[in-house]
Amino acid sequence: MPKYVIVGASAAGIGAVEAIREVDPVGTLTVISEEPCPQYSRPMISDLVSGKANLEKMLCRKDQFWQKKDVQALTGRTAIFLNLAEKWIALDKGDRVSFKKLLIATGGKPFVPKIEGAEKEGVFTFTTLSDAESLAAKIESAKSALVVGGGLIGVSVTEALVKRGLKVTMVELKGNILSLILDQTASEMVENVISNAGVTIATGQTVQRILGKPEVDNVVGGAILTNGELVPCDLVIIAIGVIPRLELVSATDVKTNRGIIVDKFMRTNVSDVYASGDVAEAYDFVIGENRLLPLWPLAQLEGKVAGYNMAGKKAEYPGGTAMSALKYFGIPIISIGIANPREDGTYEILVKHQPERNIYKKIVLKDNVIVGLTLVNEIERAGILFHLMKNCVRVKKFKQELLSEDFSLATLSRSLRRKLYPGEY
Amino acid sequence: MNGCSRFRWDKGEVFHLKRIIAKEEYCMGCGLCEVYCTVQHSKSKDIIKAFNRENPRPLSRVKLEVHKPVSFAIQCRHCEDAPCVTACLSGAMQRDEETALVTHNADKCIGCWTCIMVCPYGAIKRDASGKVVSKCDLCLELEVPACVANCPNGALLCKEVKT
Repeated sequence: MPKYVIVGASAAGIGAVEAIREVDPVGTLTVISEEPCPQYSRPMISDLVSGKANLEKMLCRKDQFWQKKDVQALTGRTAIFLNLAEKWIALDKGDRVSFKKLLIATGGKPFVPKIEGAEKEGVFTFTTLSDAESLAAKIESAKSALVVGGGLIGVSVTEALVKRGLKVTMVELKGNILSLILDQTASEMVENVISNAGVTIATGQTVQRILGKPEVDNVVGGAILTNGELVPCDLVIIAIGVIPRLELVSATDVKTNRGIIVDKFMRTNVSDVYASGDVAEAYDFVIGENRLLPLWPLAQLEGKVAGYNMAGKKAEYPGGTAMSALKYFGIPIISIGIANPREDGTYEILVKHQPERNIYKKIVLKDNVIVGLTLVNEIERAGILFHLMKNCVRVKKFKQELLSEDFSLATLSRSLRRKLYPGEY
Repeated sequence: MNGCSRFRWDKGEVFHLKRIIAKEEYCMGCGLCEVYCTVQHSKSKDIIKAFNRENPRPLSRVKLEVHKPVSFAIQCRHCEDAPCVTACLSGAMQRDEETALVTHNADKCIGCWTCIMVCPYGAIKRDASGKVVSKCDLCLELEVPACVANCPNGALLCKEVKT
């Protein structure tokens, strides 16, 4: 019986494999993945579409990763049923895999709202390598595309399509794009560069109906927005977001909310069963609650924590928060934590805005602790600020310096540095 | 100048990792660490050519941090539990299995800036091209890293850390 079984081999699965092997080099380890070659970077699928990367470049671990880590990799296989009482998983071809410790890292699937015409040829989602490959295969014959969703996935696929010479319209339900991670000012800066790249952005809109081409009705020819406007297009990419893949646990005792509920050790309510990544609701240290945060770095960290604990080394998840680094359309942005605080007097906001240099920096404080951070174009000091944020450091004494270009470790008092960076100063 | 032989295992297979540490009480803020880091990571390895002819000028991977009267140089600490390695989207930032150093593969880097977001030292920056990141590689090809070797006041030294 394999000692460890991991379902899902993207960021969280990889993190867990590495952690388990650090602690236990010999315990049998089986990984089940639907994808034939799962160790690729999902955030890079837009680079595949733009032509900037091929599959080789997208591999975030080497070809021999599974062999090297002594993993039985069941790739191209689907886990379809979980029996918790007898501790086994049934696979798609009828075989079973038993486990002592299980990690559910099944990730997320694209959220696709009900749209009339969504079954037509030329409608894509944008989450996996195969999504990207299917889309890439259609690009040569397409002239225009409609991207539904102005979040991270929507912006990344838009950039890729623009690079391939397509005329793109981006549709966002909210008043601004990237509204979950940016405030209006920062969002407008991004909207400007995207518009300058020739993209039409339609905010406050979504797609009402996808139309066929006049000559072939089952092939995408356009879409009607909620305001009635007709946008002719050859492709529609639905990039609204991902929702947890709970199929495997839905009929079991594993407790779920919107995702699988885990504690700080990444344990579910069922003993020996762990969950990590986009399928799990882990702790957000800024809001002080568990919630879905489908982000690659957090998934990998959660997987690592799960792996250590599964292998018997106690490890605690320090908590994550909304955190994104953006490179799209050549405008570097880092956004962490709260971008749009409630205007109820509990938050203090520090801002540096230099439109002539395209620089915008904003720090959100609550009781003199950083709870939100947005940096546009001047991003180099983000990690230090994030470190202060994670450690709930009261920044009262030096808050006027936080937004300075010269802010650095040297700004912090020696005693604070000693506390925050043990063994260094 | 302190000796800083590279990496070695002793007989008990205990790993000795070399780290650069800053002695802020000795740092005069002269910035020679940055100058020599730039030269070391230039194509020509020549101070005049590196500064006057190479375009873009190679970036220094060490940063002199100044907040008067305090100053010290910071470069990648090659953290034991490196947040940049865990967060890297493309697999460019890796822990080298032999040397235990955090290595950055610029060919794999996609310039997503996630490592910049999570580095608690602010020791990673966008390189001169603005397309990938750049950080201290501990000058593996040298006996002593350039910044340590050229610090005129002993404010940077190599220390052995047992792991």
